Amino acid sequence: MPEVMFRKDHNDKLIFYVAKKDLEETIASLEFESPEKWGGEIVLSDGQRYYLEPLPAQPKLPITLRVKRV
Amino acid sequence: MAAMTREETEALIQEVLEIYPEKAKKDRAKHLAVNDQGLEKSSKCITSNRKSLPGVMTIRGCAYAGSRGVVWGPVKDMIHISHGPVGCGQYSRAGRRNYYIGTTGINTFVTMDFTSDFQEKDIVFGGDKKLAKLIGEIETLFPLNKGITVQSECPIGLIGDDIEAVSKKAAKEIGKDVVPIRCEGFRGVSQSLGHHIANDSIRDWVLGKRDGDDSFETTPYDVAVIGDYNIGGDAWSSRTLLEEMGLRVVAQWSGDGTLSEMELTPKVKLNLVHCYRSINYITRHMEEKYGIPWIEYNFFGPTKIAESLRTIAAQFDDKIKEGAERVIERYKADYEAVIAKYRPRLEGKKVMLFVGGLRPRHTIGAYEDLGMEVIGTGYEFGHNDDYDRTLKEMGNATLLYDDVTSYEFEEFVKKMKPDLIGSGIKEKYVFQKMGIPFRQMHSWDYSGPYHGYDGFAIFARDMDMTLNNPCWKQIQAPWKKPAANAEDAQRAAGGL
Ligand code: SF4
Repeated sequence: MPEVMFRKDHNDKLIFYVAKKDLEETIASLEFESPEKWGGEIVLSDGQRYYLEPLPAQPKLPITLRVKRV
Repeated sequence: MAAMTREETEALIQEVLEIYPEKAKKDRAKHLAVNDQGLEKSSKCITSNRKSLPGVMTIRGCAYAGSRGVVWGPVKDMIHISHGPVGCGQYSRAGRRNYYIGTTGINTFVTMDFTSDFQEKDIVFGGDKKLAKLIGEIETLFPLNKGITVQSECPIGLIGDDIEAVSKKAAKEIGKDVVPIRCEGFRGVSQSLGHHIANDSIRDWVLGKRDGDDSFETTPYDVAVIGDYNIGGDAWSSRTLLEEMGLRVVAQWSGDGTLSEMELTPKVKLNLVHCYRSINYITRHMEEKYGIPWIEYNFFGPTKIAESLRTIAAQFDDKIKEGAERVIERYKADYEAVIAKYRPRLEGKKVMLFVGGLRPRHTIGAYEDLGMEVIGTGYEFGHNDDYDRTLKEMGNATLLYDDVTSYEFEEFVKKMKPDLIGSGIKEKYVFQKMGIPFRQMHSWDYSGPYHGYDGFAIFARDMDMTLNNPCWKQIQAPWKKPAANAEDAQRAAGGL
């Protein structure tokens, strides 16, 4: 259950960052990205998959959240 | 030597690895790579931030060095206690050349060494009492200090002292910040973890100090220079450019910086990050907590400076954008003159680098401005994200080496025959004795600044005076020179 910081980079791409693991990847897809549901399965651009318990609203980025490995 | 092809570079790596035992070979192979600009992610070609191999000569430092030496050390109005035996602090004292303004020993303390000088009895009975006493003495002798940090050396973590409790108590007594830092040298694989620990301690003990206090008057143009340690005056020659384009620099982290500047940083509009490796953690934190965006910039050489000034300006209104153009225009004649003077003397020369946080990639542009080419580069303690940022800066088929061992470095140099090497003091004399021009690129070889337009002029001069120094022609022993005639040969052989 790594702690992940989600942020937008300068090109407005969603970035997945885990300080402990030096992992800085763009998020290729996020399952739910609507105003009332945000999260679900995350696919990184290098193919790794994680799962984020969906949030009831779109969070203010950047934000640090716990995710699960899939 | 002509540029090497991908196959040649790969063959070179194999050849150099040959000497290692099987297991070591496998490990080191992951840290050596041929650059491929086509790749987006460095993890596909190179492994970094791993423990160095036992038995090889590595060039790394320890976590204490990362915290005491790099991040906290330059904060000039605080006193940084090297807590533990005397050596760690004394042998690293003042070596980094972080310039600062102030009267040393009165209101600034950067080049001084404060240590608790652990003895056997402190190891056996614990050093907490000594630390408390030391803080009291500091307060009496140097009352103008603004705060104290306790930088743990290895033994502190081993004997289980409670420096947090002592610091909290002392902070109350003296009414100033006392920051305990768990940066014992054995933590992590290099100084890099020390940077992270130092960042975290700033986050936990300093940054929130002025939350809810709006007495500081802000402007829409407030920025902080983050990750410039003012080596030889680097931060000053950067700061002037930013100010000339109309920005207000509220804080310098941490070269020539102060505690109150750090406390005010959460009030700025934008964080400008130079050394990403050592300080990105705190800017990420500030982005999350205070909503302050951050961008990386590069002030080495006119091409990168102009690019960076424009990217920074793009975050602000037209006034700043015009300001950036004005600054670039204003220095144009200067840097063109520098290039006109030095480029013909340096054109086509090949450089190999092996340095720390940002220089293995940031200085490439400055060399290219002078017509030189970087054919190999590597980081002492870089992580994946550093190599990600390096792939595009380096030419195709150039060599990347992570945490290079002194054996590998020497072999690469012998084969690739660079005209100039930029690395640290431990490498300097080895390569100079091999007859290769060398610049010490950690503290600019007692020169600098190298940042900004003013710094570029010094950079170009230094590279020229090193590379074109007549001494390199004298380096071969007379008896190894091909004799010009028989008489000379006889004399050389001792026969006349
Ligand atoms: S490794 Fe430990 S003993 Fe050595 S310099 Fe670092 S803190 Fe001091």
